[in-house]
Amino acid sequence: MTKQQANWSPYDNNGGTCVAIAGADYCVIAADTRMSSGYNILTRDYSKIIQLADKSVMASSGFQADVRALQKVLASRHLLYQHQHNKQMSCPAMAQLLSNTLYYKRFFPYYAFNVLGGLDNEAPKVLVLHSSHPFWTTNSSLQALSCYLRRMQVTPLSEAEAIDLVKTCFASATERDIYTGDKLEIVVLNASGLRSDYMELRKD
Amino acid sequence: MFRNQYDTDVTTWSPAGRLFQVEYAMEAVKQGSAAIGLRSKSHVVLACVNKTSSELSSHQKKIFKVDDHIGVAIAGLTADGRVLSRYMRNECINYFYTYESQLPVGRLVVQLADKAQVCTQRSWKRPYGVGLLVGGLDESGAHLYYNCPSGNYFEYQAFAIGSRSQAAKTYLERKFESFMDSSRENLIKDALFALRETLQGEKLTSSVCTIAVVGIGEAFHILDQETVQELINEFEIAGEEAPVAEPAAPDQAGVAEPAAPDQAGGAEPAAAADADDDNQAAPGDQGAAPMDM
Repeated sequence: MTKQQANWSPYDNNGGTCVAIAGADYCVIAADTRMSSGYNILTRDYSKIIQLADKSVMASSGFQADVRALQKVLASRHLLYQHQHNKQMSCPAMAQLLSNTLYYKRFFPYYAFNVLGGLDNEAPKVLVLHSSHPFWTTNSSLQALSCYLRRMQVTPLSEAEAIDLVKTCFASATERDIYTGDKLEIVVLNASGLRSDYMELRKD
Repeated sequence: MFRNQYDTDVTTWSPAGRLFQVEYAMEAVKQGSAAIGLRSKSHVVLACVNKTSSELSSHQKKIFKVDDHIGVAIAGLTADGRVLSRYMRNECINYFYTYESQLPVGRLVVQLADKAQVCTQRSWKRPYGVGLLVGGLDESGAHLYYNCPSGNYFEYQAFAIGSRSQAAKTYLERKFESFMDSSRENLIKDALFALRETLQGEKLTSSVCTIAVVGIGEAFHILDQETVQELINEFEIAGEEAPVAEPAAPDQAGVAEPAAPDQAGGAEPAAAADADDDNQAAPGDQGAAPMDM
């Protein structure tokens, strides 16, 4: 008598890749805009990136319904924080909140793989599951992109070079990963604020 | 108010059909320092008098931001007001979480009123001792409501609560017909004038009052002290006291001539008021809501 297995899963993987890089005075957060399910593409134009606070931007891949729910919970908590403290949450504080929120659902997790990028006292940081890294990638192209990004550790890059690196990484990931493609959304956070950029990727 | 045998708890009616505890709670509102609200088609202005218990302490917070589109000014037991503001904030956040749109002001005040009513019908509770002027914006325009400890609420064009609010109400009754089409600046001006009425001769400076604004394209925010002082100077409503010959005095714009708000008056004020003839002078805009103008 084998153990009974569930014949329905509450989760689905909508694929996609997210990258975040912290440089000397900037932070780049990027994600493709393809949402898939199995071999199907559900949409080519879905943003995985959200600005949670003045200086915190999060990109998440995985099950987008859980991602959206997580984004809403964090946004509500941030609003409450602002009412109580009269200021925006700092990036490390947001990271801790993210960590606590995820752990709260330890036994029915949010199927969301997150990278949180932002400025902490003007010093850019990329935070993943509450540890600080100069760069991180999630989900589909995890392994592939990590190799490219390791280059970051060797030579410090300027903002333009980092953006270029991200674009190359994604173009390359798109070639081999079926879940990555369509369009790349790049968000750059620096002392002068936040700006968005887009780049077309292969649609196949 | 007189003591009598039907006022021990809130669940006892008097023979005349009154709930004395509720009425006593409304007395508490009348004892608090004044709060004033006015609205036009597109803006709501809340203003209140800051009273400090002593020179050493800071003043109590009487205006709270509830959400980008709603703010509240309170009079009475400020602790009760704080708790109710927290409730209102939570309601707005939860509504936005569920519906991804702003909680309409009218819905919020009904929830508040129902919450207040509960406290008038439970023997183990007491009514909230605070009156709330809720000002906000929603799809149907700008609104100002007054929520009473009794659980009643009314919508107003303009209203004043707290001590010496009758003086402000008299002023507002004279001018309210023009409020609907008033500009943002004039609305704030009228709020300041009304506030001055409650001060009964005391000088109106920005350290004595707090002003908050919400409007179309303008999130609810409290104006900072310098902006308020500039507006006071500009409208020359500091006070009717003896004209001070000291042109360098930073808080006075020279002689207060309420009859001639456009001119700089006799003395040459060195203060912020500049020689602009136009009432919509630039100093009022700096530091004011960045989205406006």
